[in-house]
Amino acid sequence: MSGVAPDAKGRTLNFQILRCNPQNEASLPRIDHFELEEASGMTLFLALNEIRDTQAPSLQFDFVCRAGICGSCGMLINGLPGLACRTLTSSLPSTITLAPLPGFELIRDLSVNTGKWMRGMSERLETWIHDQEMPKLCSMETPMEPELAEQIYELERCIECGCCIAGCGTYQMREDFVGAVGMNQIGRFRLDPRDKRDDADFYKLVGDDDGVFGCMTLLGCHDVCPKSLPLQTQIAFLRRKMLAHALK
Amino acid sequence: MKDNRSLITGIGLDQCAGKSRLPALLDLAQSLSGLLLALFMWGHMFFVSSILLGKEAMYTITKAFEGYYIFGTSYPWIVSVAVFCVLILFMFHAGLALRKFPSSYQQYKTILAHKSILKHSDTSLWFVQVYTGFAMFFLGSAHLIIMLTHPAEIGPYASSDRVWDGGMWPIYLLLLLAVELHGSIDLYRLAVKWGWFQGSDPDAGRRHLKIAKWGITGFFMLLGLLTLAAYIKIGIDHQANAGERYHVSLQGNLPDQMPTSATVTTVRLPS
Repeated sequence: MSGVAPDAKGRTLNFQILRCNPQNEASLPRIDHFELEEASGMTLFLALNEIRDTQAPSLQFDFVCRAGICGSCGMLINGLPGLACRTLTSSLPSTITLAPLPGFELIRDLSVNTGKWMRGMSERLETWIHDQEMPKLCSMETPMEPELAEQIYELERCIECGCCIAGCGTYQMREDFVGAVGMNQIGRFRLDPRDKRDDADFYKLVGDDDGVFGCMTLLGCHDVCPKSLPLQTQIAFLRRKMLAHALK
Repeated sequence: MKDNRSLITGIGLDQCAGKSRLPALLDLAQSLSGLLLALFMWGHMFFVSSILLGKEAMYTITKAFEGYYIFGTSYPWIVSVAVFCVLILFMFHAGLALRKFPSSYQQYKTILAHKSILKHSDTSLWFVQVYTGFAMFFLGSAHLIIMLTHPAEIGPYASSDRVWDGGMWPIYLLLLLAVELHGSIDLYRLAVKWGWFQGSDPDAGRRHLKIAKWGITGFFMLLGLLTLAAYIKIGIDHQANAGERYHVSLQGNLPDQMPTSATVTTVRLPS
């Protein structure tokens, strides 16, 4: 994807990109350097496409929506987890270091398998509606208070990009930790009246040191979340609720 | 029964026996013990810094803790009992906090690299907590054991002699830095961990908490340094007479532990 017109007064951007192909045993991790003229309104997504089209055809990275919705283009941008499609190069210094998100299976270069991790988390925490009754397909859906729907929607905005996991010091040390994305999911289903689980059920899922009680409250997750989800509040709330259940 | 539990856990079937409440209780215990220790250190600093108000003020507080104003006689073992309770709480908190330490060199290397890449303030503060906590294992224990075994050696001259003539000032300086950094970070993290003082805007609430945290750190650090400097100065001035004890006549009812030959000054306390 080319066609980004260089700005007449654009900076020369120096990209340092961590590259590695774990499928090839001979491929050792290395930093490749690329130079690119900055264009007006250029995002990292556009810059990476430009580099791939003109300088490094084998450079691998993920993207789908280009609008911060799919969560595919998460990467470390100058050390901070973020979405390439949502990051303007103008917001960064002229030297930009890119690396794959840590904590996930590396596919190649900047591409990591967040999907596999998220599926594992989802199965482990059973992040779906647990309904005792069969849905009545021919009748109207049970109404929900707009305020409650708003609260659920607020947590449902998570795009599972993996930035919170990459920013989580606890997860970097303990790979069984569920991370903020998992606890946010539990918070979301706990709110949902269609889910018949109670706190005893949720305690079984996150009431241990791999769950909410393992969180060291470093809050990297909250500070790097590209969707600005209230992860700090959610984790504290879940911790209080799980403790209250344990003290019953 | 206990053997049965060990067998079930050893085989890896403890989760099948029902989810344990222990992780929740340990998390609560770690928070509560940290809170109590941090609040204790505030009180401790205020009492110790009474030396800035004069030797008499510090002496009066020392005697109060020895029960003089209740029993009419000083009982330094009361201090030992209090120190013993603090020591137990300190060890309990340290044991619980150890659960969060990196448990292998690989984990340490990983989290260190994570910190240096991310450059995230709260992650960096956690490292300060780990390092200062580790230092306090030794510095805090040394101080507490000295106080436990020599409870009568607290006073304007006794403490100053220990600081200067006893060569303890470097230990106390390091302990001061470790305690004040660790304690204030601990309180800040407790607040965000449990969602206290969030207000209607949690991000703003956290910013305010962090400002308060640094304010508290600065205040107690300054107070601590001034206090230590005061003890060092008294220690230097008193070096020639090191071993003598400060002593006032308390309406003719002197504590047994205070040798009258060591009388340095006399102050009449209000009745």
